[in-house]
Amino acid sequence: MKGMTIIVKTISGWVKVLIFLFGIDVILFGHLTPGGGFAGGVILASSYVLLMLAFGREFVEKNLPIPLASKLDCLGAFLFAAVAILGLVFGGAFFVNFLYQKYLPGQALHLVSAGTIPLSNIAIGLKVGASLFLAIFALSAFRKDFQRPDAGGDGKSPVAGQE
Amino acid sequence: MAIFYILLFFMVIAAIIAVETKDLLSSVICVGAIGFGGALMFLFLYAPDIAITQIVVEVLGLIILIRATISRDHTFLTGDREFFGMVVSVAILLVIFLAGIKVFETLPPFGTPIFAQVPDAPSQTYIEKGLTDTGAANLVAGVILDYRGYDTLGEATVLFTAIVGATVILRTRSRKRLEEPDA
Repeated sequence: MKGMTIIVKTISGWVKVLIFLFGIDVILFGHLTPGGGFAGGVILASSYVLLMLAFGREFVEKNLPIPLASKLDCLGAFLFAAVAILGLVFGGAFFVNFLYQKYLPGQALHLVSAGTIPLSNIAIGLKVGASLFLAIFALSAFRKDFQRPDAGGDGKSPVAGQE
Repeated sequence: MAIFYILLFFMVIAAIIAVETKDLLSSVICVGAIGFGGALMFLFLYAPDIAITQIVVEVLGLIILIRATISRDHTFLTGDREFFGMVVSVAILLVIFLAGIKVFETLPPFGTPIFAQVPDAPSQTYIEKGLTDTGAANLVAGVILDYRGYDTLGEATVLFTAIVGATVILRTRSRKRLEEPDA
């Protein structure tokens, strides 16, 4: 798990920032342009997957620790449910768009519009990004340890080091 | 219209190669070709939301599959197909094909909106009142997060449960192994 060469590391260090920003853009403008919480969340997760492929698993674990990622996952799920329940409290029905209908109508085609839809998009983006990152991390960790016993007695098997 | 037939032909060819080839890496790449053909098709059908999601998920899934494939020792399948299983699957496919012909005859022609045939279809309401009801310029976001919020809640719950299960199952094993002295 040493990662790739220095060329790949340098380039992916720059590109990762752009991918991350693009994911945030897709999430935040999900109610105006194509995209939304799910696609943006997957883009966020894929920026970390790029980092994982280029730098190795340990680097990513330092960059975004697993407990933090699972907390973000739960936070996203909680925020989405909270927006729905706030609709019940303030608007009278589960999932009602209370912000748009009562408090903050906003202006169509502007960033601040559509009430609770951007909030839900942010929550879903957080949730999908963190959970896909967790899934890929768990798969990668699982595969490495799973291959070690049948790779022979020596701990440094050539198969497990290929990342 | 011709572009759809070309893409469909390409995807069918890629699917056949993905099933028939003996090399796992070629098979994975052919699966990726099917997915990107599907994304192009969504783009030509004016569904950019779905196209973005399809491309992104396809890339992520392809990375995982390729990474799982190239780090294995032997990626070539050996051995022949089982005769009985092939006969059964061909028979089932034949039945589905014959039933599908009957079903597709009742569908509206390709490219015809459903509300041109059914006047009370909900899609007409979404298109007419979507902007004033939800305030979202992107109608798809308005539908999936406002009109059909329950669907999204269910989808998020499914994803959450799947991830919790996957991490729990995969984690106990790796944590036990990681306590051993690392080589």
